[in-house]
Amino acid sequence: MIDVNRQGEVWVFAEQHGGRLEDTPLELMGKARHLADTLKVKLAAVLLGDGVKGLGTKLVQHGADRVYLVEHPSLGAYQTNSYAKVIFDLIHKHKPQIVLYGATVSGRDLAPRIASAAKAGLTADCTDLQIGDHQTAKDGELHKNLLFQIRPAFGGNIIATIINYDRWPQMATVREGVMPMPQADAKRRGEIIKESVKLANGDLPLEILEEHTRPKKVDLKAARIIVAGGAGLGSKDNFKLIWDLANCLGAAPAATRAAIDLGFIDHDHQVGQTGTTVRPSLYIAVGISGAIQHQAGMVQSQKIVAINNDPEAPIFNVAHYKILGDLNEVVPRMIRAIKEKGIKD
Amino acid sequence: MGYNCVVLAKQVPDTHRITGQVMNDDGTVNRAALPAIFNPEDLSALELALQIKDRFGGRITVITMGLPAATRILRDALYRGADDAVLVTDSRAAASDTLATSYILSCAVRKLDYDIVLCGRQAIDGDTAQVGPQLAEKLGITQITYVEAMESLEGKAITLRRNIGNGWQRVKAKLPVLLTVTGDAAEPRVGAARKMMKYKNARTRAEIEQQVKAANPSADDATIKGLAKEQADALERKGLLIRQWNLDDIKADLAWCGRSGSPTKVHRIQSVVLATKESKDIAPSDEGVAGMIHELIQDKIIA
Repeated sequence: MIDVNRQGEVWVFAEQHGGRLEDTPLELMGKARHLADTLKVKLAAVLLGDGVKGLGTKLVQHGADRVYLVEHPSLGAYQTNSYAKVIFDLIHKHKPQIVLYGATVSGRDLAPRIASAAKAGLTADCTDLQIGDHQTAKDGELHKNLLFQIRPAFGGNIIATIINYDRWPQMATVREGVMPMPQADAKRRGEIIKESVKLANGDLPLEILEEHTRPKKVDLKAARIIVAGGAGLGSKDNFKLIWDLANCLGAAPAATRAAIDLGFIDHDHQVGQTGTTVRPSLYIAVGISGAIQHQAGMVQSQKIVAINNDPEAPIFNVAHYKILGDLNEVVPRMIRAIKEKGIKD
Repeated sequence: MGYNCVVLAKQVPDTHRITGQVMNDDGTVNRAALPAIFNPEDLSALELALQIKDRFGGRITVITMGLPAATRILRDALYRGADDAVLVTDSRAAASDTLATSYILSCAVRKLDYDIVLCGRQAIDGDTAQVGPQLAEKLGITQITYVEAMESLEGKAITLRRNIGNGWQRVKAKLPVLLTVTGDAAEPRVGAARKMMKYKNARTRAEIEQQVKAANPSADDATIKGLAKEQADALERKGLLIRQWNLDDIKADLAWCGRSGSPTKVHRIQSVVLATKESKDIAPSDEGVAGMIHELIQDKIIA
């Protein structure tokens, strides 16, 4: 068990695959920088791999004061046991107070293994992190400057704030895409600290026979405008309306899980709790009722337009522009209006 | 011969089909609004175990930790083909977080002979996906998460396909292993009518006690205990008493169970309040739509 250490650093696991950093650790850097500044401690990235030293600079430019670099040929490919052992040993050595991981497949595979070994708390899939105080109900003891680990629970129907004050480090995985990635600052300086590692055979129990990855067909996170369709479109043929509206706006087409399950569009286009979380300037929701799981992925959009023929659709609760009507009439009108504006301007 | 599988299952509120108000006025979760079901990905894990049993033989034991009512999913597992089932129930296990839960489950699994431990990737009430990896660490065995398909099982070597987010990988590992299984891995079979007939009256002692208490509201504790024991013993003779373990039966160290074993605490729970934003109703007419587009262009939302 690791004792409470008020001077401990804030750490971010710098997940990389094949020498490419994932987006999530970089997104985390912005929030983690803020947490470290609030606590007046250093922010460090933990970078494991083989020949990944070059990524250290990028981590510093995104906010890290320090990068703990662990290089080894056996760390070239991610494996639960080897990565968990190395990070657990580093946690023991340096005693950080906070350790954050992206809630990617690897992050969700790795973090609980480390938490179990460290007998530490871990909160999954956080959507926000804050520093705050907690008074225990039992004896009124005040714990200052804890990590508030904020996450949706019960299928997104409630928001829970989780803390741990008696066993450290405070650990959390953070959902992909919920935190804006900070701008890289080429002038930022930080130190790269090399750490050595000893791995035994038992630390590499998997034989990776084959791996197949593909880039996503669409980068919803980068889109300025998103046009999303739901089950209300009725058919894959009719879903063409979404593509048409997206095309004339230079927008990315997206969909709800229901529309994807009906085969209207590829899974890469899914917005929501089990898909991508987006925060575009404009989100146009067409024929989407607005289940809480979908809202979780789009509610932070700057402007939301909702088109639905059901006045009770929950999507109207989060929309800035509410259009109650038949999408088959409204969408073509929008396309016409956009094209006309284009001509006039 | 064959492979012994232990499947971990959880009874969960059906968060995807919520009826009524989720939160009570006092801020607690209104469980009555949430029908209890067999966690969907745990059903996929059970199905994968059943397929292993169908091909290679071996025994399947299903464990659930929860209130006496969770026995229902154990009966469901028996209908579908599990050989044995265990309810781990103890009021001292209440308020366990994922770390304490994985510790308690590890004590239960250690009592059994296993080659493969299977569970769903995550449960739909918490969606944490933590108990599987934590349990694997406590048992000191290899974990393979996000399993989409089993490709082969030869001797002590298992080959699986797992989801890695932006694709998949095929991995091989030596038994024993713990697998966390996604909903894609196996379409769960339905229960067999013959087994339903056989097991529909199977009960745990805790369930029987509750039933006796409900049927004899004015009886004292000793009478209820006596009646319950009589019924349980009768069921046991018929092979219909579902095993039940408490924390003493599995030799769990109480310091690692329940609230004291749980490093994470709840600071606050809030019902999701959908922020009512400044919003405008737009007429679905040509004029209405054109006006809105004009405004969005003026606000530089549309370039």
